[in-house]
Amino acid sequence: MSVTANIKPSKAVDRVAIRSWKNPILLGVLALFAVVVFALLGPSGDATFRISQDSDVWQVPNLVLPTKVFGIVVALLCVGLAVTAYRQMKQEGRIAKWVTMAFAVVFVVGLLVWIIGGTKTQNITLVGLFTGAMLITTPLVFGSLSGVLCERSGVVNIAIEGQLLAGAFTAALVASITQNAFAGLLAAAVAGMLVSFLLAAFSIKYVVNQIIVGVVLNVLVSGLTGFLFEKIMKTKVDGVTIYNQPVHLPDLPIPFLSEIPILGPMLFRQSIIGYLMLILVAAIWFGLFRTRWGLRIRAVGEHPKAADTVGINVNRTRFLNVLAGGAIAGVGGAYFTLVAVSSFSKDMTGGLGFIALAALIFGRWNPIGAALAALLFGVAGNLQSILSLAGTPIDGQFLAMLPYALTILAVSGFVGKSRAPAADGEPYIKG
Amino acid sequence: MSETQTVKEPTPPAKESQGSQVFREIMSGSAMISVLAVFVALVIGGILIAVTDPRVSASSGYFFADPGATLSAVWSAVSEAYGALWRGATYDPTARTWQGQLGIFETLTFATPLILSGLAVTLAFRAGLFNIGAQGQILLGATFAGIIGFQMQLPPVIHLLAVILAGAIGGAIWGGIAGFLKARTGAHEVIVTIMLNYIAVSLVLYLLKNQLKAPGSTNPISAQMHDTALFPLLLGPNFRLNAGFILAILAVIVVAWLLNRSTLGFEYRAIGANPKAARTAGMLVSRGYTTVMLISGALAGLAGVAQIAGTEKTLDSDIAGSIGFDAITVALLGRSKPWGTFFAALLFGAFKAGGTSMAVNADVSIDIVAVVQSLIVLFIAAPPLIRSIFRIKAVRREGASA
Amino acid sequence: MKLELRGITKSFGALVANDHIDLVVESGEIHSLLGENGAGKSTLMNVLYGLYEPTAGEILIDDKPVMFAGPADAMAAGIGMVHQHFMLVPVFTVAENVALGGETTGFGGILNLDDTRRKIREISARFGFDVDPDALVDELPVGVQQRVEIIKALVRNAKILILDEPTAVLTPQETDELMDIMGQLKSNGTSIVFISHKLREVKAVSDTITVIRRGKVVGSADPGAATTELASMMVGRAVSLTLDKADAEPGEVTFKVSNLTVMNDAGQRLLNDISFSVADGEILAIAGVQGNGQTELTEAVLGLHKHIQGSIMLDGRELVGRSVRQVLDAGVGFVPEDRQDDGLVGEFSIAENLVLDLYTQEPYSRWGSMNRAVIAKNAKEKVAEFDVRTQSSQDAADTLSGGNQQKVVLARELSRPLKLFIASQPTRGVDVGSIEFLHKRIVAERDGGTPVIIVSTELDEVLELGDRIAVLYAGRLMGIVPGKSSRELLGLMMAGLPADEAQAQLDAPAAGSSGAGDVAPAGDTEGERS
Repeated sequence: MSVTANIKPSKAVDRVAIRSWKNPILLGVLALFAVVVFALLGPSGDATFRISQDSDVWQVPNLVLPTKVFGIVVALLCVGLAVTAYRQMKQEGRIAKWVTMAFAVVFVVGLLVWIIGGTKTQNITLVGLFTGAMLITTPLVFGSLSGVLCERSGVVNIAIEGQLLAGAFTAALVASITQNAFAGLLAAAVAGMLVSFLLAAFSIKYVVNQIIVGVVLNVLVSGLTGFLFEKIMKTKVDGVTIYNQPVHLPDLPIPFLSEIPILGPMLFRQSIIGYLMLILVAAIWFGLFRTRWGLRIRAVGEHPKAADTVGINVNRTRFLNVLAGGAIAGVGGAYFTLVAVSSFSKDMTGGLGFIALAALIFGRWNPIGAALAALLFGVAGNLQSILSLAGTPIDGQFLAMLPYALTILAVSGFVGKSRAPAADGEPYIKG
Repeated sequence: MSETQTVKEPTPPAKESQGSQVFREIMSGSAMISVLAVFVALVIGGILIAVTDPRVSASSGYFFADPGATLSAVWSAVSEAYGALWRGATYDPTARTWQGQLGIFETLTFATPLILSGLAVTLAFRAGLFNIGAQGQILLGATFAGIIGFQMQLPPVIHLLAVILAGAIGGAIWGGIAGFLKARTGAHEVIVTIMLNYIAVSLVLYLLKNQLKAPGSTNPISAQMHDTALFPLLLGPNFRLNAGFILAILAVIVVAWLLNRSTLGFEYRAIGANPKAARTAGMLVSRGYTTVMLISGALAGLAGVAQIAGTEKTLDSDIAGSIGFDAITVALLGRSKPWGTFFAALLFGAFKAGGTSMAVNADVSIDIVAVVQSLIVLFIAAPPLIRSIFRIKAVRREGASA
Repeated sequence: MKLELRGITKSFGALVANDHIDLVVESGEIHSLLGENGAGKSTLMNVLYGLYEPTAGEILIDDKPVMFAGPADAMAAGIGMVHQHFMLVPVFTVAENVALGGETTGFGGILNLDDTRRKIREISARFGFDVDPDALVDELPVGVQQRVEIIKALVRNAKILILDEPTAVLTPQETDELMDIMGQLKSNGTSIVFISHKLREVKAVSDTITVIRRGKVVGSADPGAATTELASMMVGRAVSLTLDKADAEPGEVTFKVSNLTVMNDAGQRLLNDISFSVADGEILAIAGVQGNGQTELTEAVLGLHKHIQGSIMLDGRELVGRSVRQVLDAGVGFVPEDRQDDGLVGEFSIAENLVLDLYTQEPYSRWGSMNRAVIAKNAKEKVAEFDVRTQSSQDAADTLSGGNQQKVVLARELSRPLKLFIASQPTRGVDVGSIEFLHKRIVAERDGGTPVIIVSTELDEVLELGDRIAVLYAGRLMGIVPGKSSRELLGLMMAGLPADEAQAQLDAPAAGSSGAGDVAPAGDTEGERS
């Protein structure tokens, strides 16, 4: 027998276009900006992008762009794309994905050329730009992966900053005492897990609001590391501060791959933490979307009760994920004191944990998206410090705002739809 | 863990908004829990002080030979530290100057911006919004106040009033952005306010490097506020306590009336507890979100005024210190009630005042204060934890005496 | 497989939800659990499914005692459950939902959904479901989602299937199809526990009926038992199933809806070109299966929807485009369908809830300041007038029972002169005693000359209250029929037939159309009812 033939969907399926003008307006404003700033007020002369270093095996010629002409081209393209977006919205009720993507790429390239063309030297070394960016990007990626694991399973993680800081401090202390960088790395992971344990214990077991716990943990870790820094790390033995002299992790260049222009020095001339980052991004993405582990985590984050009814222990899944996230963020923290700089200093993570949160949201709770967002934010951050020396048409502070401003645009629905897991932040109480 | 949770009342968690659930957690604890939470936090802080004290670690080497020496070292380390904290925050007969003896007025001075920013968090909280952005709102408030205060010449009283108003407006703008975005696009206020905190720092740094830089200075710091733009000192030139404290008390009274007696407060509380029911009852939830964040931001902006026109007198990008985050802990400790927030701010002000004296007199870093504060809030937010700690202790004591 | 529950007790604090319940489900039988909302049926089944731990008592399968620490144990023992609110992850595909918790994996835990897809197709073929394993659950109609839930249980080799209020979201036609499926499952040897408070369905499908009231088994009955007998067992006393109300005396038509269309943000038409009117002193009941546009209709009148076309006129004034405040001020009284979500602020006191939409008016407030004394006095009066059972009007509203909460909402909305009264699901989850009281107050409001709109998914309530009955299906108006229309006619309309076609089908039963044939069995129960 067939009973399905008679079923009429009881959901209404009629559809008419409801137009949202947010995106066309945003593109229009940006296009106008491009016209005025890039084209009309654009600097004259050429902007030079140096791709190869003198020591490179393969030499790629420099990219030289006439700033003014290029600015006009970019402005025209932006206007064209904005008009296309407006038309699409008017006729079809939505904007094709390629339009916004193309707009973003064109605008960013235009912005970069305009900035470089406006500096005194009018040139930039791309290798420097990207390898320098990795100093910021690496901890950001670890931080945002921690966020991915926590939030995909339904626990909001505002404590990334604290996890990074705990990792940085512990790595420095343990690597100093043991004179072994790997011991420091391991200890950092444990320290991150301890912060996570508090987050999990309070938010899952005691059902304290997760945002409160996160905010408070950041204060706690900042205070604790600050206190121990004063008490222990500043203690001098024979005139030297022996507890803040961490042994560093060596760079391990991969033969051949490390010779690729730009990508080589950026990705394949790193310490073990850098390679761990690449592996983790791929592994967590694969794990989340292709394995049983990931299916269960996503179910717990989207509809915990449904997961419970098929025998998945919701709170244990969450607990374990939060712990794993803490370990990952702890390793990211170790990057500060075992790779990036020589020793620990108070509150040295300087809000990167919150940028990691931003990367997580901007990357739409997807490991790869978060990593790309972290790269974007890292480049912006590094550009800011490069430019502070070169003198620019745009103040570095505005570049510093970029990650935060983009995130606000993302959560306000201006840049695509950024949707958190449905049960993110909701405690699960049986019954 | 799962056993204890299966016997919970079948309250449907999905039915209530996040705000109301948080609110219930915060409000449901008793005053006893607060006192115990402070106590436990101080004990843990004491343990930290003891284990990092050089005398304790020296004597612990021969602990089994002479446990008394270790215990007395622990006692002297902890009692010295907390003694210095207490005296610094209240009254210190040993201080050399009589001004130095009266730490209580420093406590009130430190409490002033905490009261105002704590009220900002409290008010937003009652409307179901988590204002993590007091930090940025304080900064913007201080900046707006500063622009009036050091760049304009106005007659005495009017100048100060203009400074206060400008500070409130500055904070209101920054808070209002988050409220407006929440109302119009549903953007989560926690994320937006966190991001706005950092944008505020960059913005102020930019202004301090350009338009607002003190003439002749190389650092990103502004000129001094004109005297007419400063809060008058309440106890003469020997104490920093100023009329900002009076402003803070007025703010407590106004917010208490607003929340508990006014129709606007009724609306805010309804929106916070159940936005859908509020909407069905004809309240404009989105307007509520926007206005409450405007007022909340204005209160935080006033905390910025208290800083720049009270104690700091010049603008730099660090003028908010950690007040914005302390404000959250103050509001939580005060159980999101205006007078509760007031007393919580006094306590944390005392920690700050005493912490300085502790750092000087007992060589204990002021960071321990942040540790104790955050522990207090964690314990208060989790009453079952505190209860279980004390139940266990009670049982042990019985066992020991039997 | 035989299932036995012995002395199951489940208490939440002081509340005893299940009190020494004994129940035996024989292999291959359809055993109905009949009881009012809140009688403890769902709690019992959650105990059986391992979601709650029983306070006392034991579960036996094939006469051997078993212990369930969680749903996983229950599933392993062969128990499957289709929850009232579906336990499906909306952003997952059918296959992912079915696989979840019992995934087939390859090396390193890599998911292999092919196996699951094959099983879904197999079961679909066996029972004639049309379910695409790779469809997103979110995009499936409710009836199909329910089938996914059944597949989930069958994939796990459930020998005992619990169906918790499965018909609440179905049209009468879909309900009949579900009953066919239940029959097939039974003939395959599956035992079914069917939970419902709808007498008609229970009588039509059961082999055995156990009636539960206030957490206790009050007896069992034969499916052949009279409806009135079952009803009185269920509610604990003889009930008159009809309300004594005088015929309406409709006056002038003051409320008029013309060509109303409501869309959601995605542009779906939730209501499509609806027109009707209500006269003074008349009750228009709006029937339909849940989710067919009723909520949107009432919310559109109140001004809660953004995307609206058409017109809503009250007393010659246009309501479309006005704010909720303005609509309320225009004299509309509104009882929302979910009182806890929309009608009350649970943490507020009863007194505060009684002025929730009146607080801006004098004497409750003046110059922006609330007058507590007046509000307390008002509360005292209303609590007495509406018989709200509470210690104090300063108690929080969420301490009240469902019926008393609903009285608070009704008291508030009826406490001012109205030009229109709208109540959605006015008696959902309310005890029988309160239902009578609430119905009487609603009829009294009608008799006072107010036009009244009642939205209900319960046909009984619609038939009791409605002077005229409108039926909504998929956002369209199937027609408006007289208050004393037959269940069959309403059932066909609720399944998507316009009134005239439905009437034509009933007039010519020999036509052999599938719809009429499926609905026909309802006829014999209708006879007993009157």
